[in-house]
Amino acid sequence: MTKVTMSVNGKSVSGEVAGNTLLVDFLRQDLRLTGTHVGCDTSQCGACVVHVNGEAVKSCTMFAAEAEGAEVATIEGQAAADGTLNTLQQAFQDYHGLQCGFCTPGMVMSAAALLKENPQPSEAEVRDYLEGNICRCTGYHNIVRAIMAASGQQVPAVAAE
Amino acid sequence: MYSFDIERPTSVADAVAALGADEALALGGGQTLIPTLKQRLASPSKLVSLSGIAEMKGVSQDGNTLRIGGGTTHASVAREAGAFPALAALAGNIGDPAVRNRGTIGGSLANNDPSACYPAAALGAGAMIVTDRREIAADDYFQGMFATALEEGEIITAVTFPIPAKAAYMKFEQPASRFALVGVFVSQGDAGVRVAVTGASEGGVFRWSAAEEALSGNFSADAISGLSLPADDMIADLHGTAAYRAHLVSVMTRRAVAAAG
Repeated sequence: MTKVTMSVNGKSVSGEVAGNTLLVDFLRQDLRLTGTHVGCDTSQCGACVVHVNGEAVKSCTMFAAEAEGAEVATIEGQAAADGTLNTLQQAFQDYHGLQCGFCTPGMVMSAAALLKENPQPSEAEVRDYLEGNICRCTGYHNIVRAIMAASGQQVPAVAAE
Repeated sequence: MYSFDIERPTSVADAVAALGADEALALGGGQTLIPTLKQRLASPSKLVSLSGIAEMKGVSQDGNTLRIGGGTTHASVAREAGAFPALAALAGNIGDPAVRNRGTIGGSLANNDPSACYPAAALGAGAMIVTDRREIAADDYFQGMFATALEEGEIITAVTFPIPAKAAYMKFEQPASRFALVGVFVSQGDAGVRVAVTGASEGGVFRWSAAEEALSGNFSADAISGLSLPADDMIADLHGTAAYRAHLVSVMTRRAVAAAG
């Protein structure tokens, strides 16, 4: 076992992990931050996306020990302390960007990383950035609309592809 | 996963020492190795994570040579390799954004997946693979599917690319995995014309010498319009037959030449 210390949503946390403990398992099982989901566990679906040092990563495909000293941000840290949703989360609600909600934590974290890098993405850029996030309910249109709205842009009437 | 220890050295020297242990494996960005471990296809006693080694990260230019640290992520190459636009574009189209934030050029080249993008760039641009103990020309480095010239415990610390006058990479994506069903990297520079093909051959990445010869006299898509490759040693799987891949090689080569201008 190895001791790891990292900052998660601004709070310093530490724990004992095995070499093969994935970051997502440390978050969910040790810290009980179960907002980050495990969908496929094969790096394809993106339900487990969190930020490590500001960059979106799949937490099912990174070891907890590799996050030693890192700043980790999860879906739990997105809303304000009183539960008020941030702009992006509110847009997902306003534009019905979720149905079952399973992929939503990863979608929101990926979208947040996109908007940090590219504050006014085009619809095509949004779709391209979400390539590694799979949603089985919405058909993506309302997710794209929510992200466009959160970036302060006019929401396109997205055409069915 | 089987159980193993994990170490995070902060220098190449310490990483090489740690890899001296029995059954130790180097861990780059883990985007291939971690799924492999989950499937219990590998059982190392120890993983030596290279992600904490600052000297292995970053992109720098020295004249006409671009040097990329072995631990540099695809996302960093996409952002910082502007001096070699074809390479930056290739890096920016590997996998998806989250994968690009972890996966590294050294990890990709050490793994030498027959459908990976970076091997095509390294071979197609005539790169030099720099390790903790020597430099290996790309022409000598790739030795077949998942096989390379690397010795046990040898670490790719950097890759140096001569920046070609013209270059482009065209990938026909397998839409689920986003690996190359066929990818072709072409370049024209001081070393002449090079055409490297990934995703197609049972032997891994290879140079298409007939196309190189034809393009040396006339660097245009027309120069190779009549050329085709035999399908004999092409990969055949549920995504495409050998004949389909052989055909795609010609098409993607023509597109790459046209894109390189």
